[in-house]
Amino acid sequence: MKYLPLAGLNAFLERAAQSRKVYVPVDEEPGKSSYRLWTPGTVVSRGLNTTRSAKDFFFPQTENLAGFRIEDKKIRVLDPRRETEDFAVFGVRACDAASFGILDKVFLSEPEDTYYKNRREHGLILTMTCRRPAETCFCSVFGIDAANPGGDVSFTDDGSGWYVEAHTEKGSAFLSGMEELLEDRDPSGAEEARNKTREIMARLPLAGLKTDAFGGGKTKALFDRPEWAELSEACVGCGTCTFVCPTCQCYDIRDFDTGREIRRFRCWDSCMYSDFTKMAGGNPRLTQKERFRQRFMHKLVYFPENNDGEFGCVGCGRCLRSCPIHMNIVKVMKRLGEDDHEQ
Amino acid sequence: MRYDEIFAAMLKRAKELLADGTVNRVIGWKRGEFSYDVTPAVFETPEELDAGFVYDAFCGANVSKYLIRESEKPGRILCFLKPCDSFSFNQLLTEHRIRRENVYAVGIPCEGMADVKRIRAAGIDGITGIREEGERFIVSTLYGEESMDRREALAERCLCCKSKRHPVFDELIGDEGEDAPDDARFAEVARLETMTAEERFDFWRGELSRCIRCNACRNVCPACTCENCVFDNPASGISQKAAADSFEESMYHIIRAFHVAGRCTDCGECSRVCPENIPLHLLNRKFIKDIDELYGAYRAGDKADARNPLVNFTEGDAEARIVHERGKA
Amino acid sequence: MQVKEATGFVPTIVAFCCNWCSYAGADLSGTNRLSYPANVKIIRVPCSCRVNPIFFLRAFQRGADGVILCGCHPGDCHYTTGNYYTRRRMTLLFSMLDYLGIERNRTRVEWVSAAEGQKFAETMRSFAEEIAALGPNRRLADLRCRKDAEEAGITDERGSGDAV
Repeated sequence: MKYLPLAGLNAFLERAAQSRKVYVPVDEEPGKSSYRLWTPGTVVSRGLNTTRSAKDFFFPQTENLAGFRIEDKKIRVLDPRRETEDFAVFGVRACDAASFGILDKVFLSEPEDTYYKNRREHGLILTMTCRRPAETCFCSVFGIDAANPGGDVSFTDDGSGWYVEAHTEKGSAFLSGMEELLEDRDPSGAEEARNKTREIMARLPLAGLKTDAFGGGKTKALFDRPEWAELSEACVGCGTCTFVCPTCQCYDIRDFDTGREIRRFRCWDSCMYSDFTKMAGGNPRLTQKERFRQRFMHKLVYFPENNDGEFGCVGCGRCLRSCPIHMNIVKVMKRLGEDDHEQ
Repeated sequence: MRYDEIFAAMLKRAKELLADGTVNRVIGWKRGEFSYDVTPAVFETPEELDAGFVYDAFCGANVSKYLIRESEKPGRILCFLKPCDSFSFNQLLTEHRIRRENVYAVGIPCEGMADVKRIRAAGIDGITGIREEGERFIVSTLYGEESMDRREALAERCLCCKSKRHPVFDELIGDEGEDAPDDARFAEVARLETMTAEERFDFWRGELSRCIRCNACRNVCPACTCENCVFDNPASGISQKAAADSFEESMYHIIRAFHVAGRCTDCGECSRVCPENIPLHLLNRKFIKDIDELYGAYRAGDKADARNPLVNFTEGDAEARIVHERGKA
Repeated sequence: MQVKEATGFVPTIVAFCCNWCSYAGADLSGTNRLSYPANVKIIRVPCSCRVNPIFFLRAFQRGADGVILCGCHPGDCHYTTGNYYTRRRMTLLFSMLDYLGIERNRTRVEWVSAAEGQKFAETMRSFAEEIAALGPNRRLADLRCRKDAEEAGITDERGSGDAV
C-alpha cells in the first residue's frame, strides 16, 4: 500500500498544486481552522474539522446565476458561467465526504443543477481519517465510518503519515503522477490505524444515539409532538446551524441592480429565518417553533422519506459547537426518541 | 461566593417563589450533554428545576432578551440576572420592551463566565465534562483529564468585566458588587485608534471577511429587538441574506453596531456567539468610547430613566469635523 | 465646471441638503451665478436629521466617492433641534468609518444657511477637490456598482470566484 510520510506532505501538495488549485485546512487561531488555498509555506492544520464545512466548495454561499443588461431597448441575458478550474480539497473528513452524497441527491437529480455539477466535476476530494474525534462527533450513528472516509483518494492517518488509497478513476489518475513521492508499506499498518479510530468512535459519548424514532414515514408520529415547543423555546432564530452544516442546501435567489445591469445570484437561506419561504400571501411557518421543527424534520424525516431512508445529517457536530444557545440535533433526537409516541 | 453555593441558593429561592405563588415559572439555564452546552430554558415546576436547572461558569447566555416575550405571557416569571444581564434588562425596561410587573428579578453574583472556545484554543479537545476546583478548571476529555487556570478560560468580556453591580433587581443573592474601572475594556479600541487608516482597514477586512452572515450577533443581542430588521425587510432596499461582496459585509456590521449605539450595554453576547470569532464587541465599544469622550460618561442600562445620548444634545456639542482633525489619518 | 485631477478622475459627490437652509443656499448660489462642480449631485431632504447612516452607506454603495451633508446652522433648524441630533449622529458615524479604516475625508458635515450661496459654492468646490485628490472610493465601495472597477476588471464579488 502507498504511504505518504508526514515529512513528504509539502512535496506532495506542491506536486498536486502544479495541476490544480489545492485547498487545505489551516489553523486560523488555536482550535479553529478553515480551508485556504495551498501555497508554498502553508501549514496544514492537524486539528479536526474546519468551522465551515467543505460544502462551500461545491455550493458556495453566494453564486452568480445570470445577468441582464439593457442595450438598445433590448434585454441581453448574460451567462456568468465558465468552466471551473480543477481543484482539490485536502483533509476532508468522513462526515463531510458523506455530505457530498446527500448534496448530490439534491442537486444532481433531475433537473440537474449545472452550477453545482460544474464544481463537482472539477473537484477532487482527498479525504482523511480521524485520529482524535471530538465529543461532538456522531457520524457513526448515521452509518459513516470515520476510519474509511472514501472520496476520490483517502488518507489513513497513523500519526506519522498517511496510507494513501484511490477509490475512483479520478483518484487513481491523480495518484499516478505522484508515485515517486509515495513509499510502499505493508497494509497492516493502515488496518491498525483504522481500528484505533473505530475503537475511539465506539466509546464516543454520542455513539449510542438512537435513530429508530426517525426516518421516512414518521411525519405523523413526530409532527405534532408537544416537545417541539420546549425544544425551540430558546432558539434565537439565527442561521448559524444551517450555515456551518455540510448538508443544509436551501437557497434563495436574489437580484441586485448594479445601475448598469441586474445580477441574479443565489445565496444560502436558512429555515431558521423569519422570512424563509415567505411568499405572496404570507409565510407558511409563522413562529420559531415551526421553523425549528422544519429543520429537524427535514433532516430526520422528509429527506430519508424521499431518499431510501438516508438521513440528511452526517453527524459532524458543527452545529453542536456553534449554536449560540447550544440547542441541536442531538438534543432533539434524544428528547423525541426517548419514548416512542407512535400510535 | 462559589458557583455551587450560588446555585443552591437560587434553586431554594426558585422553589419558594413558585410555591408561594409569587411567580408561575422560572427562566434560567438548562444542563446539556457536556457541561459547557447549557441552554436557556423556562421551568414551571420544582421537578423540572431538579431535573435540569443549572448555574455555573458556563451560563454565559444572557436571558434578558427572552423576557420581552415571556413578560407578555400570563403570570409572573422569575428571572435570575447576572450583573451583565441586569444592565440589558434595565435598558429594555427603558425602552418599554418588557412588562416590569410580570417579571420578578433576582440579581445573582457572577464570578466570570468561561468560554469553551478558549478551552479548546488551549489545545484541550474531546471535552466531556468540566468542573471547578479552586482557581482551576478540571476538564475531563475523551483522551484523559486536563486542567487549566480558570482565568485563562474566561471570556474576553469577563477578563475586562465592567461591573459586578445590578442596576435593577427585586432581590439579591449574595452581596452587591461594584463597578470595575474601564481602562481594560477600551484598551483594544485605543490600540486600533493609534494605527494608521490602512492598518485599521486591513485589520477589519481580515476580521469581517470571515463573516458568514448567520445573524447570530444580531439575533442574540438584547438591544436588537426590532420586529422586522432592516436587513430582513425587502422594502428597505438593503435586505440581504448573504454578503455578496465586502461592501455588504461592512454595511451590515456598521449598521448593526450603529443601531445599538447608545443602547448597547456591552454584554458581549455578539462576540460570544460568533462562529467565526469576529471581535464584534470592538465595534460596539468604539461607539461607547466615543460617546463617553464626546458627550460625557454614559452607561446604557444603568439608569432606567436615562436619556440615550443619541436622542439628546447640548448646544456646545463637538462638530463632526473633530473626527477629521484628531489623531493619525 | 468639473474638478478633474491630472489622472482624469472625476469623482461622484453626493450632497444631502436640508430643504430650509442648504438647498435654498444652493439655489442662491445658482441665482448668483456662482459656479460649483457639476459632479456634485444634490439630494434634498426635509431636514438634515432625516439622513440616517444608511443614506451615507447607500450613496457610497451606488458609486459616490464623497458624501457631504448640509443643514441649517445649529440653533437655526426649521424644526428647532433636528440638526443637533444630526451632529451627534454624523460625528459617531464618521468616527466609526474612520475606525474601519475608510479615508476620513470622504465624509463631511457643513452648515449652510439660505443666505450663504457663496459658502455653498465654496464648500462644494473644496470638498470636490479633496475627493478628487483622494481618488476613487475603493474601501467602502460596492464594486458591482462601479463602472471604473468593472472596466479595470476589479471585483470582490463572492459569487464569481472559483471556490472558498
